[in-house]
Amino acid sequence: MDRVSVSFPIYDARSRSIKKRVLTAAGRGRIATGESNHVVIRALDGVSLNIEHGERVGLIGRNGAGKTTLLRVMAGIYEPPAGTVEVEGRVAPLFDIGMGMDPESSGYENILLRGLYLGLRKAEIRAKIEEIAEFTELGEFLDMPLRTYSAGMFARLAFAISTSIDPEILLLDEGIGAGDEAFLEKAKRRLDALINRARILVLASHSDELVRKLCNRAILMQNGQIAASGSTDEMLERYHGKASVPASSPAHAAGEPVS
Amino acid sequence: MTSTLAYSASGENTLPRSSRFTKAVDDLRDGLNAWELWGTLGWHDLRQRYRRSTFGPLWLTLSTGIMAGAIGVIYSEIFGQEIHDYLPFLAVGLIVWGFISASIIDPCYVFILSEGVIRQVRAPLSIHIYRVVWRNLIVLAHNMVIYVIILVVFGIWPGAPVLLFIPGLLLLSISAFSTGLLIALLSARFRDLPPIIANITQILFLLTPVLWRTDQLTGGRRLIAQLNPLYHIVEVVRMPLLGKIPPASSWISVIVVVALSCVVTFWFYARFRARIAYWV
Repeated sequence: MDRVSVSFPIYDARSRSIKKRVLTAAGRGRIATGESNHVVIRALDGVSLNIEHGERVGLIGRNGAGKTTLLRVMAGIYEPPAGTVEVEGRVAPLFDIGMGMDPESSGYENILLRGLYLGLRKAEIRAKIEEIAEFTELGEFLDMPLRTYSAGMFARLAFAISTSIDPEILLLDEGIGAGDEAFLEKAKRRLDALINRARILVLASHSDELVRKLCNRAILMQNGQIAASGSTDEMLERYHGKASVPASSPAHAAGEPVS
Repeated sequence: MTSTLAYSASGENTLPRSSRFTKAVDDLRDGLNAWELWGTLGWHDLRQRYRRSTFGPLWLTLSTGIMAGAIGVIYSEIFGQEIHDYLPFLAVGLIVWGFISASIIDPCYVFILSEGVIRQVRAPLSIHIYRVVWRNLIVLAHNMVIYVIILVVFGIWPGAPVLLFIPGLLLLSISAFSTGLLIALLSARFRDLPPIIANITQILFLLTPVLWRTDQLTGGRRLIAQLNPLYHIVEVVRMPLLGKIPPASSWISVIVVVALSCVVTFWFYARFRARIAYWV
């Protein structure tokens, strides 16, 4: 990843409408139009980063520091307008485990849909379906529509599907919850196994414990830039040390409107 | 999931043109390859719409049938047309128009409604458009039941020209995909577009000879009606089904319009595909 920048255009209701474009073009000439009629937020600012095989990277930093955006760039969801990204290997983002779940469909149908979204073939999903079903312990409920599930049952299913993948590069965002106490222990083991299978892990988290336990390297993000990179202990210390000090240069602050 | 992703750019928004084009082509091809996904989603959408109703997707057929029957009886009286002649023409026209209007309106919201998925997993964006086209083809297939009923009731035998329905439908589907992709892309960026498009589609329905025929018009008006590209698209599908051979002028118009829309859409898609994830 070399000098990657990502900016988000924030269109409010006015600047997004064609009406304004047409009206300004027709009425007041070109002065009012142009690129400056929407706010741009610079979420990543010249980030350069190299992650090698076997590295378990923790992304730390305050809310809005650019952790999630960085993960999404790595996942190939946001293609950065500036900079280059090269990723070798199968990437699996695990951001929102409830993604693409349909409340009206049965548990089995949801397993199929979700698997297809993750890029699996039907045959591959069929091979996994039994294992997933068994893990959820939902039994006959898997034939019922999801809307009849309790929150805990829903979480079990979402978790089981999301973690049934075999990625080379695993991207995790924040904590992943999964149902009641008894299940939690089982879920933890499964997540650990998944993480161990992956050759590269990138985890964005606010939990020091999680970062210390899972990662062998940490990156401290600040204002859309990499503030520092090094061992987890060192970075966590720095993060907490800095947390009380206000952001260094407000001009570069992420969230600060540029133009 | 791809094995290697690579992006490069020198400055803001200036990916090299060739790379942008290659990536758009990759997206369209990978999207097509993911037919298991959009095929399932297309069916899923329809089952969803009629879940827990007694007739299920049969409602598609029933609704079109009721509409065609009611308009057929009333308008044949008003226009003083022979019902044996008018109702088949109208019913087939409505079936084709149903496909066309859904192909214009559905793409308006397709990226916006799939926002969650677009921002969670990396998948070719074109799958959403394949899904819409596929879904509307399934609806069309359901409505063809009405066509068959009409053939039986009115004792019509279309003969060999009915085979021309296949190239007609193919052209119709390609144009549904290319215009759909463009509409979806523009609607993701300009949120006023969906209601504007919905209104335009209403007007186009009245302007396109579905309820009426061009031979009811004379002189200049008839000429104007024939300038409407949708007229020709309807004709290349409707005429074969009614046992007539569409004129060469209609085929040529349709092929030119489809080719043009493919070129325009491809340019837009290559240029703005990467931005869609930021827009939704």
